[in-house]
Amino acid sequence: MKNTRIVRFLQAAVSMLLLAAAWQILSYVFPPFLFPPVPAIITRTIDILITGSLLADVLLTAWRIFAGLFSAFIFGSILALLIGQSKTMENFVTPVLTFFQGIPALSWVVFAIIWFNGIEFRVLFIMVMTTLPAFTYQILDAFRSMSKDLFEMTMSFRPSRAKLFRYLIVPTIVPGILTAWKVNLGNAARVVVVAELVGATGGVGYQLLRQQQLFDMAGAMAWTLQLVLFVLVVQQTINAIENWALRYRPVSERTM
Amino acid sequence: MHERVTANEIAMTDTDPVICFKDVSKIFGRVDGRGDLIAVDKLSFSIAKGEIVAVLGKTGCGKSTMFNIVAGLTEPTSGSATVVGHNPFREFEFFRGKIGIVFQNDRLMPWRSALDNVRLGLQILDADSKESEATARRWLERLGLRGHENDYPHALSGGMRQRVSIARAFAVNPDILLCDEPFSALDEMTARDLRAEFVRLVRQNNKTAIFITHQINEAMEIGDRVMVFHRPARIAYETHLNVSMSADERSNVRDEIMRVLSHEQPKPDAN
Repeated sequence: MKNTRIVRFLQAAVSMLLLAAAWQILSYVFPPFLFPPVPAIITRTIDILITGSLLADVLLTAWRIFAGLFSAFIFGSILALLIGQSKTMENFVTPVLTFFQGIPALSWVVFAIIWFNGIEFRVLFIMVMTTLPAFTYQILDAFRSMSKDLFEMTMSFRPSRAKLFRYLIVPTIVPGILTAWKVNLGNAARVVVVAELVGATGGVGYQLLRQQQLFDMAGAMAWTLQLVLFVLVVQQTINAIENWALRYRPVSERTM
Repeated sequence: MHERVTANEIAMTDTDPVICFKDVSKIFGRVDGRGDLIAVDKLSFSIAKGEIVAVLGKTGCGKSTMFNIVAGLTEPTSGSATVVGHNPFREFEFFRGKIGIVFQNDRLMPWRSALDNVRLGLQILDADSKESEATARRWLERLGLRGHENDYPHALSGGMRQRVSIARAFAVNPDILLCDEPFSALDEMTARDLRAEFVRLVRQNNKTAIFITHQINEAMEIGDRVMVFHRPARIAYETHLNVSMSADERSNVRDEIMRVLSHEQPKPDAN
């Protein structure tokens, strides 16, 4: 098992090194304002991480992503459980969610700028509106995939609603919740940049706008890498939580 | 056993029937709209305290529907079904801790260890954590699963998983046990051991039990009484068994059950 992990890590590292090597080759062919050398990008990336005022922008974006996702998760969970228990609720809510899903993220940015003054509320609103439908549908799917056999077995002990929720529903939807977080994290990272690009005065999106105005490709890459690193760290954290929470699952030695 | 269950012990005299069906019918609407399906048709019977009744019948004869009515998971369309004088569907919470069910498949929660699966009912009954753990360990040990307390269901064999589900049903110390073909998926040797263990536990703890099966030998091995169902669930044959019966008498009963089962009319929509 440990060997498999090391091999997997090495394979991932090699693929990233190949990508960096390809970029470096391009930097020899094209001028640095189009393809800056890899060491210059790395230096800028480290600069951002060790400079307090710049790191604050990264942390601000990270906080906005987390706050948006967490709010959407809470609202989405409540909606999913309500829809899952009431056909009428489903008939009312589902068309609205589907309608929301069709609205582009950029439209929500425009609506938020027109409707609200506060920057933080604008970003939160945009994040919630763009990730809420996916959270709701993914948690609803997990809820509906609950085993009828296990439901009947649990009901045979006559649990209260709270205990049914605690002992059956929560463990049943945990895998769906973790998947929803993983899927929405990538979306949220993309949306927050758009939101900050247009309607904020701080954060990674705002810094990217500045790099574009300065025509600084190394800076743009370095700020982009901040976001990528953040997503990778959070993804790995979710994976670790998933491995712990789903440790009961059997693992087949044979791969597909 | 913990205090809550003891406090809720059923106040009935030994002569009162524990389970009583009077003209119970259950009709389901077919999903494809082809009219109604009568699963149970004016079924009447009663079961006394401490009795083990084996219910035999072919697949689809309504045994499981009757079972679900007793368990309070399904409501009869008409008639009266009472358990200890109460309606098991309407008075759902009254039966908390009073009915234990062993299902056809083990229905263990895959995210819980064997020990935690056995503790489930006790946790729902608000039993003290340490006490519930001790009770669960004791039941696992009685069923030969010592050393497997922390194993997840996927790491246990079919027989072991079914033992865990039996332990889960007994751990809450219910007055009534309902078993729906619990050993049908097991090999004969394991099933025979579990049958013997099951009867011993029911007798020792003075439980009332309904045991659904489609195997004549199993029904005769377990039941004080055997009821044979014809479709839609109605009693086509009923007999009492006791240990003093000779081999010939048992053989005659077996033949009669066989004859009744084989004379059932084919399913009306079987073609």
